[in-house]
Amino acid sequence: MPQAHLKVWRGGNDGEYVEYDVEYEEGMVVLDVVHRLQATQAGDLAVRWNCKAGKCGSCSAEINGKPKLQCMCQMGTFEAGETITIAPLKAFPLIRDLVTDVSWNFRVAETMPELKLSPPDADGHRRMHQIDIDREQEFRKCIECFICQDVCHVIRDHPENQSVFAGPRFFTQLANVAMHPLDQNPSSATVAHGFGLDYCNITKCCTEVCPEGIHITDNAIIPLKERRVDEYYDPVKALIRKISGKK
Amino acid sequence: MATATEVQRRYGKTQRVDRWWVEPAFLGGGLLLFVIYSTVSALILGNSWHYEAGPYLSPFFEPLIKPGWVPEWISPAVFILWAPLGFRTTCYYYRKAYYRSYLLSPPACAVTEPAKSYSGESKFPLILQNAHRFFLYVALLFIPVLWYGAAKSFWLSGEGFGVGVGSLILVANAFLLMMFTLSCNSLRHMVGGGLNCFSCTAVTRGRRRVWEIQTLWNEHHRGWAWASLISVGMADLYVHLVANGVITDLNTWTNF
Ligand code: SF4
Ligand code: SF4
Ligand code: FES
Ligand code: FES
Repeated sequence: MPQAHLKVWRGGNDGEYVEYDVEYEEGMVVLDVVHRLQATQAGDLAVRWNCKAGKCGSCSAEINGKPKLQCMCQMGTFEAGETITIAPLKAFPLIRDLVTDVSWNFRVAETMPELKLSPPDADGHRRMHQIDIDREQEFRKCIECFICQDVCHVIRDHPENQSVFAGPRFFTQLANVAMHPLDQNPSSATVAHGFGLDYCNITKCCTEVCPEGIHITDNAIIPLKERRVDEYYDPVKALIRKISGKK
Repeated sequence: MATATEVQRRYGKTQRVDRWWVEPAFLGGGLLLFVIYSTVSALILGNSWHYEAGPYLSPFFEPLIKPGWVPEWISPAVFILWAPLGFRTTCYYYRKAYYRSYLLSPPACAVTEPAKSYSGESKFPLILQNAHRFFLYVALLFIPVLWYGAAKSFWLSGEGFGVGVGSLILVANAFLLMMFTLSCNSLRHMVGGGLNCFSCTAVTRGRRRVWEIQTLWNEHHRGWAWASLISVGMADLYVHLVANGVITDLNTWTNF
């Protein structure tokens, strides 16, 4: 059986990396190996997981420096004998070992604007066409693993921005409200006000790491930025508004 | 509460083991080469290095604006180049590339950036990136101008219609520059992305079709960006080399 050489963060903020050799079988993922480590050598290792199928978003960690789901990272992607470093998410406060406190994200979630739906049709139902919700459905694939939040340099390198910046996961949620065919919010551009959208410099790391393949930058962030441009920075639209006297 | 990795908040810190610096170094180097070449060719050498050869005009000078009151040492390219310069500088793709390569903001994903504080595009000067829409309008006006230049390159005065290597280069260049403009993210928003209801009317259904097609081009915006950057530099170099007698253009005309 092949052996994996792991370097795993142990302890809290004053902890350290501890090295382990763990046997594994072909076809295993990193989370399997971490479980085997827990079962054989490190009974008190804290690791959060749930589905082992890339769907619950619990097992996020940084594997060889890249934010990833442990359960979706195949052992076959490493060279034989390579040291595999497994670290907790670095943008969030550490609890212990591989477990971080991601509750900041839940506090941001509470500030998200709600949909204000238009009144239902005469029969009491609301109707939407598939072509109008294709875009929103891409965002619905989000499993809230917060890997995109972790990789985003706006908060990863500058934690003080957490008070003004909602982060890529929530920009998809804002885009969902902004583009919703039945939403009656007065202006879809103002939806994105006050969430730090312009702190994003569209360098696309969120899109690079999203395990669900959501095109966060191209399909949520840039469209939101463009809606703001419509209102404030488009010279032709401003001229038309001036001539027609409309706001 | 601090994080376990607070000590890592120093420039360049990362646990990535892949060669993450290759891409920003390569792209940054490519951009730098282009900036140096175009500055020398179009602005510094300007009028002292011929940019017109027979029916060909370098795309850096298209359309040629040369009023009499402008002194000889000022290159006519200054009347042209502000537009593509502004368009590309504010382009969402190029922003990503030079923020990573030059501002190191961040140098690569999950690699610590050097800046102590960060406000992104929320303050001056980077808030000016919002001028991209304005430059898009200008770039759209340039599409017919570039095709006019390409069409003109098939017509040698005195001899009429013909084809040369230069004409083919100018056509390819006009096409690539057009596709770069037409694959713009801002245009994607304008053609249909800004709508909330695609299904509502015949017009919005039509705009959705256009948006869908444009999205296919937009997915390759980076490719169009580089292909057109290389082609415009090559087209300029080619016309200059022919105009200054360094190489001869293969063509169907007899006296050119
Ligand atoms: S594209 Fe914007 S939101 Fe996404 S990681 Fe980069 S800065 Fe953060
Ligand atoms: S957008 Fe992607 S990376 Fe971000 S939380 Fe959702 S699934 Fe995870
Ligand atoms: S355990 Fe559920 S996503 Fe990995
Ligand atoms: S030209 Fe690149 S996004 Fe507009």
